[in-house]
Amino acid sequence: MRFLATFFLHRAAQALLVMFVISLVAFGIKDFLGDPVREMTGEAVSDVERERIRDELGLNDPWLVQYGRFAGNAARGKLPTSYFYKEPSLKKILEKFPATAELVFVTALFTILFSIPLGLFCAVRPRSFLARLVMGGSLLGISIPVFLIAYALLYAFAPPLPVIGRGENLVNILGWKTGLLTFDGLRHLLLPSLALTAIMLPLFLRLVRGEMRGIIPRDYLRTARAKGVGPGRLWFVHALRNGLLPVITVGGVQLGTLLAYTLITETVFQWGGLGSLFMTAVDHGDINLIVSYLVFTGFVFVAVNTVVDLLYAMVNPQVRTGGMA
Amino acid sequence: MSSVTAKAKATAKTTRTRPTSWAVRLGLFGFVLCLLAGVFAPLLSPHAPYEPASVRPEGMSEEDFMLMQDLGGIDLARKPPRWMDGGESALPLGTDEQARDLLSVTLHGLCISLFIGLLAVALQLFIGTLIGLIAGWRGGWADTILMRIADVQLSFSTLIVAIIALAVYRAVLGDGGNTFAPVMLVVVIGLAEWPQFARTVRASVFAEKPKEYVQAARVLGRSDTAILLRHILPNIASPLFVLSAIQIANAIMAEAALSFLGLGMPPDRPSLGALVKEGYGALHSAPWICLVPGLVLVFLAISVNLLGDGLRDRLDQPSRC
Repeated sequence: MRFLATFFLHRAAQALLVMFVISLVAFGIKDFLGDPVREMTGEAVSDVERERIRDELGLNDPWLVQYGRFAGNAARGKLPTSYFYKEPSLKKILEKFPATAELVFVTALFTILFSIPLGLFCAVRPRSFLARLVMGGSLLGISIPVFLIAYALLYAFAPPLPVIGRGENLVNILGWKTGLLTFDGLRHLLLPSLALTAIMLPLFLRLVRGEMRGIIPRDYLRTARAKGVGPGRLWFVHALRNGLLPVITVGGVQLGTLLAYTLITETVFQWGGLGSLFMTAVDHGDINLIVSYLVFTGFVFVAVNTVVDLLYAMVNPQVRTGGMA
Repeated sequence: MSSVTAKAKATAKTTRTRPTSWAVRLGLFGFVLCLLAGVFAPLLSPHAPYEPASVRPEGMSEEDFMLMQDLGGIDLARKPPRWMDGGESALPLGTDEQARDLLSVTLHGLCISLFIGLLAVALQLFIGTLIGLIAGWRGGWADTILMRIADVQLSFSTLIVAIIALAVYRAVLGDGGNTFAPVMLVVVIGLAEWPQFARTVRASVFAEKPKEYVQAARVLGRSDTAILLRHILPNIASPLFVLSAIQIANAIMAEAALSFLGLGMPPDRPSLGALVKEGYGALHSAPWICLVPGLVLVFLAISVNLLGDGLRDRLDQPSRC
């Protein structure tokens, strides 16, 4: 267990470092580009008055002091106030977070459910007709931009299925408005999550297939087969367990890609999630909200990847130290 | 990293005997076709790409047409392609929301998409190769630092980094940023993906360094720069070539996504992605506005992906996603 503790400390330190870099970037953007005084006061206020407000807000403090304040606040969950909504950014972000989280969750579910068996099959029987069909389909999948898939789905299914939004009948559980529990909510969720799956599935399918092709010729599998392990157990237990480890790691990294595609999908379906919030911020030049989005998604990203790495270390005792990334 | 070598061996075993695949040929054919169409867009376009088309509708007399022109022109927006009901023979693929000839504006959009994609990859190739050569040749702490930076940068998805960078750019400059939109796209996509090349080059340099021809060049007293550029670089060119093909597809897709979000090319000088975005409003009444640039984009992406995939298989590169 001792190595796990060291490993955990190592990863935690790395996560902190990455968060530090993200916060520096975020603060840099905010510091150089956002002028809260102008946003607050308008044109009619004199320069002297402005200077007084600047002093009051601590904008004339040394750079390092200002950064310290920003980082300290961010660490306590206080992100800068949105110019556009005139509300704390974090409040806005948490309000929109469930929509995006549910979309991502359902997409991840579809992706995992289909990519593993299909990827495994394509690796085991690469010359079969079905494998060629799947691989051809996946090439098509990565070649069609997500917004075109979304348009195609809208064009084909939009009249029976709802076009935009999350629906009216959301169930509120402890402040988390979920659309997963009502038929209407699920109906709204179907098209966006299908569009996202259409782009994420080929990515993961190819990844699983690639890893599996490296595993299949290994000796231990031949041994297993020789001692009479049936094909189901051979592929799904013996082979998959080894092949999935790198997939898990890359999966954590692909979260960023998923976020980007989610942003596009949300734009098409006017899904009231983080992506839509971010695009609103961009349209209104709301630097504070953009920066808050950056810090928040950065945090989620780092947290997920740290957890993934820890899980990886627990599943795979070979990983003793960091550096494998 | 043992799994990587094992994988490489495995791939080598299964693919070495494969002849030049149809995929590579088909991909190359499609890509060259797109390149030619893009380069010769000004010659191939029947109309001015960025202005409302002005053609005399069939069945209208010359005088009536002149009269209509004087009265402020004829509304040709959302005309369907030629073979559909209501299409004009002078507008082969119909018109878009702004009555621009869809064929002309799509050809020019293809040109812009290709231009940005190719330049962005050229930038990646340059930066990545330079850093990869240094890291691989020097080794030691230079290698550690450079590759750590590459790792960190790779761990953030390109697209989200590009989105945030361009969003900040947009938020600051508003529509004033349109002038430099192509430059920004090239720089952002180029800077975000250099680690791909740096890693490949570094690994290849490590593999080449102990070889005899490098030793020989050293003994002959050639400078480090000369050995790297004249001897090693030509020997590691093929994986770079393959990676470039894959990266071109990625760059074109990234550009399309960014333009679609309104962070890339503006509507008055649209790339393929921006053109598709524009058709959203008329998805049901005039689907061809999305479909024409969309299909061209898919054709281009499939061609380059086929080419990249096929070349990768041939060169026994471990398949990556």
